[in-house]
Amino acid sequence: MAPRQRGATDPAGERELLSAGDVARTVARMAHQIIEKTALDAPSAPAVVLMGIPSRGAPLARRLAVRIAEFSGVEVPTGTLDVTLYRDDLRRGPTRPLEATKLPEGGIDDKLVVLVDDVLFSGRTIRAALDALRDHGRPRAVQLAVLVDRGHRELPIRADYVGKNVPTARTEEVHVLLEEFDQRDGVVLR
Amino acid sequence: MKHLLTTEGIDPAQATAILDTAASLKQALEGREVRKLPTLRGRTVITVFYENSTRTRVSFEIAGKWMSADVVNVSSSGSSVGKGESLRDTALTLAAAGADCVIVRHPASGAAHRLAGWLREAGTSVVNAGDGMHEHPTQALLDAATLRERLGELRGRRIAIVGDVLHSRVARSNVHLLTALGADVTLVAPPTLLPTGVASWPVTVSHELDAELPSLDAVMLLRVQAERMHGGFFPSAREYSIAYGLSERRLKLLPEHAVVLHPGPMLRGMEIASAVADSPRAAITDQVRNGVHVRMAVLYHLLAHEEETA
Repeated sequence: MAPRQRGATDPAGERELLSAGDVARTVARMAHQIIEKTALDAPSAPAVVLMGIPSRGAPLARRLAVRIAEFSGVEVPTGTLDVTLYRDDLRRGPTRPLEATKLPEGGIDDKLVVLVDDVLFSGRTIRAALDALRDHGRPRAVQLAVLVDRGHRELPIRADYVGKNVPTARTEEVHVLLEEFDQRDGVVLR
Repeated sequence: MKHLLTTEGIDPAQATAILDTAASLKQALEGREVRKLPTLRGRTVITVFYENSTRTRVSFEIAGKWMSADVVNVSSSGSSVGKGESLRDTALTLAAAGADCVIVRHPASGAAHRLAGWLREAGTSVVNAGDGMHEHPTQALLDAATLRERLGELRGRRIAIVGDVLHSRVARSNVHLLTALGADVTLVAPPTLLPTGVASWPVTVSHELDAELPSLDAVMLLRVQAERMHGGFFPSAREYSIAYGLSERRLKLLPEHAVVLHPGPMLRGMEIASAVADSPRAAITDQVRNGVHVRMAVLYHLLAHEEETA
């Protein structure tokens, strides 16, 4: 079978938006942008923490932290923030299982928190994350990093770091695939 | 899940999901300044207790409040129940007043089931917080949560339930739940305090506590329910204590890792020696602490989502 071409639709109705290599490059670029925008390697820099939103935001946050350490020499603490209990759409579906919330050592008080998620869509997950953060402490500022922004916002929320903007139809589904869950990296449209 | 009335026939996957949720909630709330989640905002939970209980009622009330539900407590004294209103009318009144969930404790076995039947049309969820000598499912769930915390996986674990099995709804709920989760359960009690038909339960029965102790992973003591005993079930409290009380000597017969549970309130000196109750092997305060998280998890599974209707 010929290797799948980026952008081509395979027989399963799956269109590849980013290959594994693209994902790695995108994460590296976002790491550079975070370093630049937060100036976390400057002497008077604010303390930055990355909070991944489970499930796929969590490994993305860890990958970003690895890259940031590589490029800047600064070890950025990472944590995970489950927002399930803060969602406003819980009553619209079956019971959602809860995921882990783990704050980095030292908490988030007075830190510059970068929320990390895989796909930015309606913005409701991020609204829930902002509410959840407020119950865990008072960050100095909150920024948002997403691998894919697919549009269709329902709330006035915008990402500070975007891996790739993907115009989509509402009926389409964007899936971020990560080794940790899917045995391969990539972003596909179904 | 619409109601939680019993652990009999409980789907192990469902039970595990509740226990996992409880563990996540516990972890999520740990060390937080604000121990309040907005999850059940706008939902109304009413506790109706026809029997005295501080532990269970407070536990449910805190659970509801930590999930931001509006919690209203009704006790039989000082309400229309005291004036002779039937359970059915009370239930329909509460549903009409807007209860999303009714948590009921009642001295009659089966009361929670009847309630769930009456409230079917209203769509109100019912949680059985103890019905007579029948069941107390959230107690069994919090016991399982505590055992999981101390022992890990329950499959293949040997757990003894000791004492007044006959009158114990805690024992019944635990037998169903623990065996559903794969544990081996042994009932240890004098023959007079075992229910008829125990032979058909998925448990082994023993009358000798000392013989069982060395191979156990956990001992669950039961309260001797004097208020339910009308007649001589055992000669004296002292004799009961000698045969079935967990003394310091007996604690030494248990393996190092074994856990001691008691649903409370405990009769120190009779069911359990004071030194045992206060030892690090006893998980009695853990049970109370986990009770809140387990009840939060139950409310979450009952109320947070839309019921999938076929």
